[in-house]
Amino acid sequence: MNDMTTEKAAVATEDAGEVREMNMIEAINSALDIMLERDDNVTLLGEDIGYFGGVFRCTAGLQEKYGKTRVFDTPISECGIIGVAVGMGAYGLRPVPEIQFADYIYPGLDQLISEAARLRYRSAAEFIAPMTVRSPFGGGIFGGQTHSQSPESIFTHVSGLKTVIPSTPYDAKGLLISCIEDNDPVIFFEPKRIYNGPFDGFYDKPAKSWKGFDAAQVPTDYYKIPLGKARTVCEGEALTILAYGTMVHVVESVAREKGVDAEILDLRTLVPLDIEAIEASVEKTGRCLIVHEATRTSGFGAELSAMVQERCFYHLEAPIERVTGFDTPYPHSLEWAYFPGPVRIGEAIDKLLEA
Amino acid sequence: MADKRDEKGTNRPKLALHVPEPKYRPGDKVDYSHLDIPEPGKQPRPDEACAAKETYPLCDDLIRVLGDDNKAHGPWDPRLDADTLRQMLREMALVRAFDNRMYRAQRQGKTSFYMKCTGEEATSVCATHALASDDMIFPSYRQQGCLIARGYELTEMINQIYSNKADKLKGRQLPIMYCSKRLNFFSISGNLATQLPQATGFAMASASKGDSRIAATWVGEGSTAEGDFHSALTFATVYNAPVIFNVINNQWAISSFSGFAGSERATFAARAIGYGMAGLRVDGNDPLAVFAAERWAADRARANGGPTLIEHFTYRAEGHSTSDDPSAYRSAEERDEWPLGDPVMRLARHLIELGEWSDEQQEEMDAELDTKVRTAMKEAEKNGILGHGLHHPFHTMFEDVFEELPWHLEEQAEQAIRERKIKFPGDPAE
Repeated sequence: MNDMTTEKAAVATEDAGEVREMNMIEAINSALDIMLERDDNVTLLGEDIGYFGGVFRCTAGLQEKYGKTRVFDTPISECGIIGVAVGMGAYGLRPVPEIQFADYIYPGLDQLISEAARLRYRSAAEFIAPMTVRSPFGGGIFGGQTHSQSPESIFTHVSGLKTVIPSTPYDAKGLLISCIEDNDPVIFFEPKRIYNGPFDGFYDKPAKSWKGFDAAQVPTDYYKIPLGKARTVCEGEALTILAYGTMVHVVESVAREKGVDAEILDLRTLVPLDIEAIEASVEKTGRCLIVHEATRTSGFGAELSAMVQERCFYHLEAPIERVTGFDTPYPHSLEWAYFPGPVRIGEAIDKLLEA
Repeated sequence: MADKRDEKGTNRPKLALHVPEPKYRPGDKVDYSHLDIPEPGKQPRPDEACAAKETYPLCDDLIRVLGDDNKAHGPWDPRLDADTLRQMLREMALVRAFDNRMYRAQRQGKTSFYMKCTGEEATSVCATHALASDDMIFPSYRQQGCLIARGYELTEMINQIYSNKADKLKGRQLPIMYCSKRLNFFSISGNLATQLPQATGFAMASASKGDSRIAATWVGEGSTAEGDFHSALTFATVYNAPVIFNVINNQWAISSFSGFAGSERATFAARAIGYGMAGLRVDGNDPLAVFAAERWAADRARANGGPTLIEHFTYRAEGHSTSDDPSAYRSAEERDEWPLGDPVMRLARHLIELGEWSDEQQEEMDAELDTKVRTAMKEAEKNGILGHGLHHPFHTMFEDVFEELPWHLEEQAEQAIRERKIKFPGDPAE
C-alpha cells in the first residue's frame, strides 16, 4: 500500500494544487467542495447531509459554504431522493444524492432502475439523468444486516448504470469528480470500513488510520481519475487477484504475508470495466482469483469469472477461484466469520497455486 | 433555461426554493411559546363509532388529560384504577432504568449499539396497555416499552443486545432489533416504515378470517416520508383494516427536525384526513392521554370501525442512538424547555395527587428497578458480551436463510467452520 503505483503520478495533473494528507471522508468532501465550486448546477441532497454534514461527515461544512439550496437535507424517502434527482437532472442540474447506507437504497430502486438508468435511452437522449448516487457500503463495523450490505451487483446488472467503488482517499476524490462530471447515472459506493484507514482483514489487530500512506496524499485541487481504468496495486507473476473497495487492502496484506508474487488489480469501476487490464494480467499469470465482500450467488465475481473464462481460457493454468461473503444476511455477532478474511483468501490462493 | 427567461425580461416573479430550518441550533436560547399547547380536558371525545371526519378537529388539537395540577381532566380521562396506573408508572421507570444501564454498557464496549427512548416511554408503554395482549405489535426501533409492558424478560433483551450465545435471535440482529412471537411483537427491521404496510396486512388477514385481533404499529415522524407510509394508509383505508398507526413525533430524525417530514405545513395526525380515516393528535408525554387515545382507536378497530392514525407529540430527549451526538445540530436547551414535561414524573405526581403514591415510594422503586436491571445484566453477561467468543455456533449463521439448508449453504457452512479451526486451532467451540 505504501508503494502506490506509478499510475498515480501519471494521472494526477501537475496543477492539482498542494498535496495534503486526507482520509477517505476528507477526500470525498474535497471532491464535492471542488465540484460545487466549479459548477453551479452541482447540488447535494440527502438525509442529514446539510447542517449536520452527514452521519459520516462527508458533507461537513458544505452547506455553510454553498448555501441551503445547493446542499440540503431531505425527508427520509430514498424513493423521493432519487426521484427528485431525476427531475433536477431533467431541469439541468447535476444532483449528487446521498443514500445514508447502501442497505437503505432499495426504496429508491424503481427510480434508479426504471427511470434514471433508462431515461437517456427511452427519450433518445432528449433527457438525461446526470446524477451520482453516493452511498457508504460494506461491513466490518458491526452494523448488522441493515448497515453492512454490498449490493453492487444489483446495479451492475442494470443497463444504463455505472458502478464505481474506490479503495483509497486519492482514488475516491479523483473518481468522484469523474462521476459527477459524467452525464449518466453513477452509483458511487464508499467502503465505510476504510473511510478512516485501510483495513487489512486482521480485525483483531489495532485499526490503522490513513496517516502515512501514500494513497492518502491527496492534491487539494481538481483532478480526475477516469472511469473504466483499473489500478495495478502491485505487479506479479504467480497469479492475478481482482478486487475492489475494502478487499483490495485485505488481499494485498494476505499476498504480502504469504509471500506470494501476486498481481493485484483494483478494478475501481465495475461498469464500465477495464477488461484490457484484466486480460493482460491473466494472460501473463495464467491464474485468477476474484475477491468481493458481497454474497456469492450472482455476485459481480460471477460476471468477472465468466469474462475471464471467455477471454482468457487458453491462458488459464488453473480453474478461476472466487472468494466472497456467504449467501446469508450479514450477521451481527458472527461478522468476522462472515467476512471474506485472510483465512478464506489464503486457502484460495493455495488452491490456485497448487493446481 | 432559467437564463433565457431572464433575457426575455419577463415580469413573472422569481421562484425560490424553500429549505426548512429548525428554530434552534446549538447554543441558541430556546423558547417554545409558539407551540399551541391547549388546556387539558378541553378536547372533545367523539364516540368510537363516529364518522372519521368527526375526529378531524382533533388532528389540529392536542388531546391532554393531565394538568399542571397533576389531576386528570375531561372526557379523555381513561379513569384507570390506581393499580393500573402504578403498573404503567413502574414499567415506564423500568424502561428508563434499562435504557440508562444499556447505554452505559455500550459505552463500556459490551455491545456495538444502543438506542434510548427517554421522554417517549408513555408512547409505547401506555399505548401497549390499551391493547389486548394478543393484538399484534409492529414496532419501529424505539419501542422497547412495548416489550417491557408485555412482560418480556430483561435478561432476554440483554442477551439480544449482547448478541451472545443465549440470544434468541442467534446473534444475527443489530442490538435492540428484538422479536417475540410469543408476545405478539413482530421482528424489528432496521429499514424504515416497512412495518406499516405489514401491520395493515396483518389486520386485513385478521379481518378476513373473522378474528378479533387488531394490529398496532409505530413509526417515527421522519419515516412517514417513506412511500411505505402512503401504501400502508391507502390499503388500510381501502380495506377498512383494524390497524392503529402510531406516529411518534419526537421532533427529530437524527439531525433532521420534523419540518423535513412536513410539519411546517400540517400536523402528522392530519395525514389521516386525506385518507378518510380517523385521526387523533395526543400529548405523547401524558400517559393518560396516550392510553385513552390508543384505547379509543383499539375499540374502534375492534368494532369494525377501521384504522386510526395517532400522532404522539413528544420529544426525543437523547441522541438518535449511541452513534449520534445531538449537540452538533440542536440546542441543548430544547430538552429542558420542552413544555410537555416528563411522562414518568407526570404520572408519578398524578398518583401522589391521588394519594396513591409518594416521593419515597418513587425513590425506592427507582432504586429497586436499577438493581433489577443490574441483576439481569449480570445474568446475561454469563452468556457473554459482544465479540468475546460466546456466540452461537458458526453453523447457525447459515440456518433460517431458508426453511431447509440448500447444498450451497451447507458447503459454505463447512467452509466457515473449517476457517474457524484454522484460525483458532484447539478451540473446542463450534
